[in-house]
Amino acid sequence: MARIGVFICHCGHNIAATVNVEKVVEFAKTLPDVVIADHNLYSCSEEGLGSIRKSIEKNKLDRIVVAACTPRTHEPLFRKTCEMAGVNKYLFEFVNIREHCSWIHTKEPDPATEKAKKLIAMGVAKAGLLEPQKETESSVIPTAVVIGGGLTGLTAAASLVAQGIDTHLVETSGRLGGILGDIEIIGPEFSRSKELLDQLVSELKGSSHAKIHLDTKVTAVSGFIGNFEVTIESKGKSEKVPAGAIILATGAKEFVPTGEYGYGSIPGVITQLEFERRLAKGDHPKRVAFIQCVGSRQPGREYCSRVCCNASLKNALRIVEAEPSSRVSIIHRDIMSYGTASERLYREASDKGVVFLRYGLERPANVTRKQKGLVVEVYDETIDENIDIDADLVVLATPMVSREDARDVGKLLKVPLDKYGFFLEAHVKLRPVEFATDGVFICGSARWPSSVSECIGQGLAAAAKASIPIRRGKVVVEAITCWADTDKCAACGSCVIACPYEAIEIVEDEDRRYAKVNEAQCKGCGTCVASCPNDAMQQRGFTSRQLSSMIDALIKNAMEET
Amino acid sequence: MAEFNPTILAFCCNWCSYAGADLAGVGRLQMPPNIHVIRVMCSASVKPEYVLKAISGGVDGVLVLGCHIGDCHYMTGNHRTAKRMPLVQKVLKEVGIDERRLRLDWVSASEGEKFQKVVTEFVGEIKNLGPNPMRGVKW
Repeated sequence: MARIGVFICHCGHNIAATVNVEKVVEFAKTLPDVVIADHNLYSCSEEGLGSIRKSIEKNKLDRIVVAACTPRTHEPLFRKTCEMAGVNKYLFEFVNIREHCSWIHTKEPDPATEKAKKLIAMGVAKAGLLEPQKETESSVIPTAVVIGGGLTGLTAAASLVAQGIDTHLVETSGRLGGILGDIEIIGPEFSRSKELLDQLVSELKGSSHAKIHLDTKVTAVSGFIGNFEVTIESKGKSEKVPAGAIILATGAKEFVPTGEYGYGSIPGVITQLEFERRLAKGDHPKRVAFIQCVGSRQPGREYCSRVCCNASLKNALRIVEAEPSSRVSIIHRDIMSYGTASERLYREASDKGVVFLRYGLERPANVTRKQKGLVVEVYDETIDENIDIDADLVVLATPMVSREDARDVGKLLKVPLDKYGFFLEAHVKLRPVEFATDGVFICGSARWPSSVSECIGQGLAAAAKASIPIRRGKVVVEAITCWADTDKCAACGSCVIACPYEAIEIVEDEDRRYAKVNEAQCKGCGTCVASCPNDAMQQRGFTSRQLSSMIDALIKNAMEET
Repeated sequence: MAEFNPTILAFCCNWCSYAGADLAGVGRLQMPPNIHVIRVMCSASVKPEYVLKAISGGVDGVLVLGCHIGDCHYMTGNHRTAKRMPLVQKVLKEVGIDERRLRLDWVSASEGEKFQKVVTEFVGEIKNLGPNPMRGVKW
């Protein structure tokens, strides 16, 4: 008989404000095979983990159930605690009563408490049937593929190469540098982008570990952490690159206005990036009006692109510094000059005569072309009056938006995108620059609009994380693989057809034929399990007995209630 | 008579719909508390037997949620789910159970709002259908 311990987390107020944890603890004590049920303020804290460990040892527990947040972020932590207490980590079961209960039923404490009880009853039922597992290891190809040759991709690739890791940098266009290639001066330090990019490119070109593929597209990706195969195609020729890890740094692009403020119809109304190119050519106009948040922070594109305010501040300063008599105004909704250096830039611009005017979404500015030049009519909230600003050039600060090919790239790598088409990392706080899929990493503006320093930081972070499996040379494969119960198997071959990884074959043994799973090839999807008409195929951690016991527990507890 | 409060079981795949459900939680998107999620690695591992077991035991509705077609973490797992679940619905209909008690849908890792919508709709639909006739049947 199993000795099950149930530990229920308050998560501060996150769970306990909705779910009556004490009641749930009392309920858990009544469940079959439960030896002890307890609660912690924060189960994942040092103190919480310590008390779970002590309880395992004191009560000689052999199955552990934690009811807290989501296994997608915290399972490894609790599994480790079990291991430290001498319990095989596969004898641990996670019950999600935060994301799937307290947070989504905040106004219904009683039904939420009842639901938490049922979820825990299901978890306990499964836990009683868990079995210890042994993990296998697989080797890692000591090569990385970086997709995207902008600043972020270059930074990541240069970092990998400096560590002596063979790296393929794949860039769709014919040049390296990405958007930064169009920008001459980087804020807030006013350094030259060319120096930064040249340095990175020369590090790559000077290394025998780097291979740069220009005008090249990724057309297919297969495999898993440690053993990917990336198919790249250039000018009709395709090549297969084996890789242990993949870094995605495809970047973003500038939103091109669709007629806002006369863009496209009034000459002299241009975007920030177009202005950057002009500045790079030495063109310094004297009367410039910047309009912020063009196409962002509005219905349909609610986000703040974060880099545009700093870009306008930087360029405003460049104009007034080149010619102090210049007249520059920044028409904004809120200035987002986050970070101390950028805040200094804001103050400096203000000191040097840059005029800041605030507008609201409901009364945007109006741009017209008159004889003397462009006129921007702005309703100023502070003085409750319209102001006319004369300008030679109106610069529209538009947000970064996702690239058109982001969805295709996402499909190739099987990684998710958010509703704006930016890539979704596993967890912003707990697993930054990682995808939920092991071995694939995300950095730079493909993830979210990022400044130069953020791109560099994330590029380095992704390279550091990607180098972990490569330098270890092996990865541990989670023991969720499938196996065939040879007594039940009729060798019908349904599983052989169903398996997406060709991991199953029918073998002959003396006078019997049965299915055999090659565990090194099995990825633990369980497709074979549902295709088996004889219940012979089973998945570790998800056996039909375990899942059926969960359904039984739900039925038992739900039907008794009504 | 007390209001009918259906019991609903959902199978969510680890990579898309379970993550979508987590995102709904993070976003504090409110929905009826009738749903109980079982995490599986892929929607293609949901055996028809699980659905039949739940329904015959009195569970009022079963949701099977997976990745969108083309997004499956296991390449083509959800293609099988897409073919399998309509068959299970046929079986349900054949034995006199309203096939709407089983619903298959796709929720990606970024679709917290869709998860909320699917759950809310499904709970509403099951409430309209009334209690599962198999409730209280002694086997």
